[in-house]
Amino acid sequence: MALKIVKGSIDRMFDKNLQDLVRGIRNHKEDEAKYISTCIDEIKQELKQDNIAVKANAVCKLTYLQMLGYDVSWAAFNIVEVMSSSKFTYKVSCSQLQLQSVDAVLITTIINSVSLPLVTQDLSSPNQYDTGVALTGLSCFVTPDLARDLASDIMTLMSHTKPYIRKKAVLIMYKVFLKYPESLRPAFPRLKEKLEDPDPGVQSAAVNVICELARRNPKNYLSLAPLFFKLMTSSTNNWVLIKIIKLFGALTPLEPRLGKKLIEPLTNLIHSTFCLVFAVLISLSSGMPNHSASIQVRDFPLKYLGLLAMSKILKTHPKSVQSHKDLILQCLDDKDESIRLRALDLLYGMVSKKNLMEIVKKLMLHVDKAEGTTYRDELLTKIIDICSQSNYQYITNFEWYISILVELTRLEGTRHGHLIASQMLDVAIRVKAIRVFAVAQMATLLDNGHLLTGNMQRNGICEVLYAAAWICGEFSEHLEDPMQTLEAMLRPKVATLPGHIQAVYVQNAAKLFATVLRKQEGTTDSLAAQETSQLLIDRLPLFVQSANLEVQERASCILQLVKYIQKLQQKEVEVAEEVTALFAGELNPVAPKAQKKVPVPDGLDLDAWINEPPSESESEDEKPKAIFTKEEPKHTRPRHTEVDEKELARRREARKQEQANNPFYIKTSPSSQKVYQDQPGVEHIPVVQIDLSVPLKVPGMPMSDQYLKLEEERRQKERSERKKKEKKKKREKHGRGRRADSGPESEEDITPAHHVDIVTEEMPENALPSDDDDKDPNDPHKALDIDLDKAQSKSVVMLSTDPAYSQLPSFLFQASDLDFWLSSAPVPPVMQVESGYFIPQVMSAQFLFQKSTKHKKKKQKKEKEEKEKKKKKKHHHHHHHHHHHLHSADESVQNGTVEEEEEPLPVRTWPMWWFCMPHVLGCENYVFVCVYDVQGNLQDGSQVVVSVIFENKTDHFLKSMEFNVLDSLNSKLQRPEGSSPHDGLAVPFQLPPGVSNEARFVFSVQSIVMPQKLKGTLTFIVKTEDASTHEKLDFKLHFTCTSYLITTPCYSDAYAKLLESGELKSSSLKLEGVIMPFHHLLARICFHHHFSVVERIDSCASMYSRSIQGHHVCLLVKTSNQTVSIDAKCDEPSLLGNVLDEIKHTFSQC
Amino acid sequence: MIKAILIFNNHGKPRLSKFYEHYSEDTEQQIIRETFHLVSKRDENVCNFLEGGMLIGGSDNKLIYRHYATLYFVFCVDSSESELGILDLIQVFVETLDKCFENVCELDLIFHVDKVHHILSEMVMGGMVLETNMNEIITHVDAQNKMEKSEVRAASEARVLSIIILI
Repeated sequence: MALKIVKGSIDRMFDKNLQDLVRGIRNHKEDEAKYISTCIDEIKQELKQDNIAVKANAVCKLTYLQMLGYDVSWAAFNIVEVMSSSKFTYKVSCSQLQLQSVDAVLITTIINSVSLPLVTQDLSSPNQYDTGVALTGLSCFVTPDLARDLASDIMTLMSHTKPYIRKKAVLIMYKVFLKYPESLRPAFPRLKEKLEDPDPGVQSAAVNVICELARRNPKNYLSLAPLFFKLMTSSTNNWVLIKIIKLFGALTPLEPRLGKKLIEPLTNLIHSTFCLVFAVLISLSSGMPNHSASIQVRDFPLKYLGLLAMSKILKTHPKSVQSHKDLILQCLDDKDESIRLRALDLLYGMVSKKNLMEIVKKLMLHVDKAEGTTYRDELLTKIIDICSQSNYQYITNFEWYISILVELTRLEGTRHGHLIASQMLDVAIRVKAIRVFAVAQMATLLDNGHLLTGNMQRNGICEVLYAAAWICGEFSEHLEDPMQTLEAMLRPKVATLPGHIQAVYVQNAAKLFATVLRKQEGTTDSLAAQETSQLLIDRLPLFVQSANLEVQERASCILQLVKYIQKLQQKEVEVAEEVTALFAGELNPVAPKAQKKVPVPDGLDLDAWINEPPSESESEDEKPKAIFTKEEPKHTRPRHTEVDEKELARRREARKQEQANNPFYIKTSPSSQKVYQDQPGVEHIPVVQIDLSVPLKVPGMPMSDQYLKLEEERRQKERSERKKKEKKKKREKHGRGRRADSGPESEEDITPAHHVDIVTEEMPENALPSDDDDKDPNDPHKALDIDLDKAQSKSVVMLSTDPAYSQLPSFLFQASDLDFWLSSAPVPPVMQVESGYFIPQVMSAQFLFQKSTKHKKKKQKKEKEEKEKKKKKKHHHHHHHHHHHLHSADESVQNGTVEEEEEPLPVRTWPMWWFCMPHVLGCENYVFVCVYDVQGNLQDGSQVVVSVIFENKTDHFLKSMEFNVLDSLNSKLQRPEGSSPHDGLAVPFQLPPGVSNEARFVFSVQSIVMPQKLKGTLTFIVKTEDASTHEKLDFKLHFTCTSYLITTPCYSDAYAKLLESGELKSSSLKLEGVIMPFHHLLARICFHHHFSVVERIDSCASMYSRSIQGHHVCLLVKTSNQTVSIDAKCDEPSLLGNVLDEIKHTFSQC
Repeated sequence: MIKAILIFNNHGKPRLSKFYEHYSEDTEQQIIRETFHLVSKRDENVCNFLEGGMLIGGSDNKLIYRHYATLYFVFCVDSSESELGILDLIQVFVETLDKCFENVCELDLIFHVDKVHHILSEMVMGGMVLETNMNEIITHVDAQNKMEKSEVRAASEARVLSIIILI
C-alpha cells in the first residue's frame, strides 16, 4: 500500500504538466495530431488515478486542448470531481473549462446532481476566492435546474460583506435570470439596492446587469431613471457612464420628458464626454509604437462611429444628415470595408426624388470599380434596395430604372440575378406606362442572351433571362418585331439554360406565337404564318427531349398544339383569335401576405370536423362544469387535428416546388435545378460558342447616364419655365417681389417624367389589417420580457400565500415618484439640433434625437381629434362626451382580439372633455385641447393616475398653468407635502403656441365601488406681445368604475377555481338588439372596460378583470339573435352593478 | 454581452479562446478561422470594428479587435456594448497582462494560458464585464496567485516528506 503511494508520487514527478504539454506540441510540429492523441491517452490514464492532484493536472491540460479544438466532453464527470476538491488551485483550472460544451442530457443531469451540493458548499466558503471561483465556474455552466436551486443562495451573496463577492454575485444573477426568469421578480429590489453600493465595482456590475435586462423590456426600468441620473452625474467610471448613456437611450423613447430632463446634464457632459472619448483614444494610442500611427488610429474608429451615429440620427432627423451627402459619398471611396458598408447603409435612408439618380450613378461607378464579389454584391443589392424602397417612391423615371437594371446584368459573377429579375418583373407588371419600353429592352436582352449565358460561372445572372422571357411573352403586344424575339427564344443555345428558365421560354414562346399569328393573319399573309408554325415545329422537339420534366411537359403540349394549328392553317382556317384566347386576361401581382389575410367567411368553422371524429376521442370530452347560473348546453370545441412537422415540411416543399415552376409567381430564391448537359439528345446539337472575354456593351441599349442627362435637362427646362412664369407673375404683382430666385428645388417640385401608375399588389377583399411583427421565437432572452409593473396574475392569485411574493408591491413602479422627479426640474432651454460633424458630441447626444414613437402617436391622434372636433364644433359648443382610444394597441393585443384594432369604433365610452373657450383671443374660439385618461395603479390600490394632454391652439404663449380639483370625501388630488387641500398643482411646463404636452396627476381614492365626478379649475396666463391675461377654465373629471379596473390576464384553471370558491356575488344584464359580430362585442368590452378574454367557445365567452383594490370581476357573455346576456360575478356587488351599468351604456350608444 | 474573446497570432493559431455562448467544438474552430480570415486581411490603419462574421450570429454582432505586434485580440460583442468601451477594455486587458508577465510576449501567452485565463476571468465573467479597473484586477490576481503558491508549496513539501519517511 505504502509502496503504491510512493510509486504514485514518483510517477507524478514525471507527469507532464501544462507547460510540458505545450512544449511537446511545439516540438512535434510535423505529427501534432499523433502527439496529442498520445497525450489524450495519458490524460485518460491520469484521470483514472485516485490522486486528486494528478487529476487536476490532467484537467488543466484538457483546458488547453479544448482551445485547440479537441473534444473534451468525455471528461465532464472528472472535471466536476476535481471541482469538488478542497484545493483552490485545482478548482481554478476547472472553472476555466467551458463545461457548457457538455450538453448531452445525461451528463447535464450528472452535473446537476453532483455539482449542486459542491457549489453550494463553495458558495458559503469563508475564503472569498473560493466563493469567487465557484461563481465564475457557475457563470459558465448555469442550467435551468441549477439556476432555480441556487437563485436564493446567490441572492444572499449579493449582500456579502466582501465587494469582490458582491460584484460577482450581481453579475451572475443575469445568467440566472436568463435560465430561470421567475427569479427576476424577487431579486429585483436587491439588484436595485446594488446600484447604490458603496463599492464602484459592484455599482458597475449592477449597471451592467440592468442595462442588459433593459434591452428586453425597458419599460420596467423607467422607475430607476432618477437613480441612474444620479449615477450619471456622480460617477467617474467611463464604463459605467457609457452603459448608463446607452440605457437612457433605450428609456427616452418611452418617456419623452426624460429627454428634456437629460438635456442639461448632457450638455455639461458633452464636454467631459469629449474628454472621455479622448481619454479612451489617448490610452489606446499610448500603446502604439510611434506617434504618427496613433493619429491615424484616432481617425478611423471615429469615422466609423460617426457614420454609425449618423445612421441613428437619420431615422429621426433625415434633413440634418442629408446635408452631408458628399461626405458620405466620399466614405464610399474609403479603403476600409466596414466604413464603406456603413456609408452604404446611410445612403439608403438619404435618397430623395431629387438625388436618387445622382446617388445611383455614383454607386454604379463604384460597382464597376469594386473588386471582390462580396462588396460588389452588397452594392448591387443596395442599389436595388435604394431604388425600390417604399414602393418605388423616389423613382421619377422608370425608363431610367429599367436601364439601370439592364446595366446591372452586365456584372460578372454576381449571385443576385434573381433579385434583378424580380425587380424587372415587378416594375413591368406594376407600372403600366413602362411596359412598352421594358419590352423593347427585354427583347434586346433576349437577343443577346448568349452573352449572359456564355460563361457558366455567370450562372446567377441568367436568372434575368427568366424575367426577360416572361415580360416579352406576357406583354408581347408591345413588341416591335415579335418574330425576331420568337426566333431568339427558340435558339438551340437556350437548352443550356437552367430548367426553370427553359420552361418559361417555352411557355412564352407560345404566347409570342399567338401574337405573331395575329399580326400575320391580319395582313392576310398566310404563308408567313405557316412559316412561323413550321419554325416552332422545327425547334420545339429540342425542348421535348429536355431532362427537365416541366420543360418537357410544356414543350410537348405546345408542340402538339402548334401541329394542330398548322393543320388548320393548311386548310386556310383563321386561328389567331382562338390561339390568343389561350392567353387572354391580365395577371396581377399578388401581395406576399395576401393568402394569410383572407378572412374566414361567416359560418365557416375551420376547426370543425368534416367527418365524425374517431370514436375513442369521444370519451375524452368532458362536460364543462356549470359555473354560471344559467348554463345552456353547448358544444365542446373540437380538437385540432395535429399535422405533424414532417407532413408540414413535406407540403411546404411541394408548394415551393410548385411555385418555383409557376411563371406567375415572383420567386424569391433561385431554384437549384440542374441542367444535364451530357444527355445524349443535347449533345449532337451544334452549339456555337461565342467566346467573349470583355463584357460587351449590348448594342442598341440606352445607357442610364443618358437618362440622367435627359432628366437634368428636363428639370432645367421645367425650372426655367417655372421661372418664366414667376417672372410673369412678378411683373403682374409688381409690389410684391418677395420671392427671389427659387434656390434648390423642393421635393414636390419634381414631377415624374411621365405619368406612372403604380399598381398596388392585390389583396383579398376585406383583408384583415393585422400586423404580424412576430418576435423571434428562438430568442433566448425572450423569457426576460417580463412586465415587472404588472403583478403576475397567475402567481399572485395562486401563490398569494407565498411569503416571497408578499413583498411584491413595495418595489414596483411608483408612477408618482417618477413623475414627481421628472416634473420637479425646471425645463431647460430647448437645445439646438446641430448637424455638425463633431463626432463625440453626436455620439453622446445621439439618443436625444431619437424621438419617442409614443409621442408621435399621440400627436397623430390629436390631429385626428382636432378634425373630429372641428366637425363637431358646428353643432355643440360645450363639453362633449367624447370617447377616445387612449389605450395603445398593445393592450388589445393582450386581450387576444387584435382584429378590431383598425376598425373605426363608432362608440367609445372613454370619457373625455374638450374645454372650449369662446373667442378668448379673437382668432380661435378655443385655447386648449385637453384630453384625459384615468388609469388605475395596480400597485397601489388607492391611487388613480389621470394623464392630461394639454395642447395650445392659440398663437400665444401659455404659462403658469395651475390644475386644481375640489376634493371630495372619497377622492383627493395628491399634492406635495405641506400644501393645503385647496392649493392647485402647478403644471410643470409652459406651452409655446401649437405645442402639446402631457401632465399626470395622482389622485388617492378610498372607495372604488361608485363612479364619481370631480369639479376642477385650470388657471393659466396667456401672454400676448404687449399684455398678459389671466384665464380660468372649469371642468369636470369623471371617474367611472371601469377606470378602476385593470386588464389582468387570467388562466382558465385559476378562473374556474375562483368561481368555485363561492365568495362571489352574481348579477346579470341583458342587452337587446345588438347587431355586431361576437368578436367585435368582446373586443369592445375588452377595450372599453378593461377585461380580458379567458376562454371563448362559439358564441359564449368568459372574461376577467381585476380592480385596483383586488376585486375580481368575472363575466360570462353569451349571444343569440341580437340578444346579449351577460352574467357577472364579483366579490363587491355595488362595483359590479356600476360596471354593468357602464357596459350597458357603452352598448346603448351604438 | 460579450459573445467570445479570441486571441490568435498573425498566422491564425489560437492562443486563447473563451466563448460565453455555447457552440460545438467544430463551430468554435470555424469561428476562430473565420474571424482570423476577416481580421487579418484588414489594413493596419483602418478602423477597429467590423460587422460580425456569419457564424457568430450575424448582423447584430460586431468584432472589435486590436492588433499588437504578433497577436490579434478580438472581442465578439452584440449591440449592447459600446465600441469604444470595448476597445478600452482590450487595452486594459493587454496592460494587465503586461503588468503580470512583465513585458508580455506571445510565448507568455502560450506557456501560461491558464494564468491568462485567470486574469480574464477577473475582467469578464459569463460575457459581462466584471471589472475595468486595472489595479483592482491585479490585486485580486496577485492574491489568488499567492494562495495558489502556498498550496503548491504545502503540497510538494508534504510529498517530499512522505517520500522521505517512506524511504
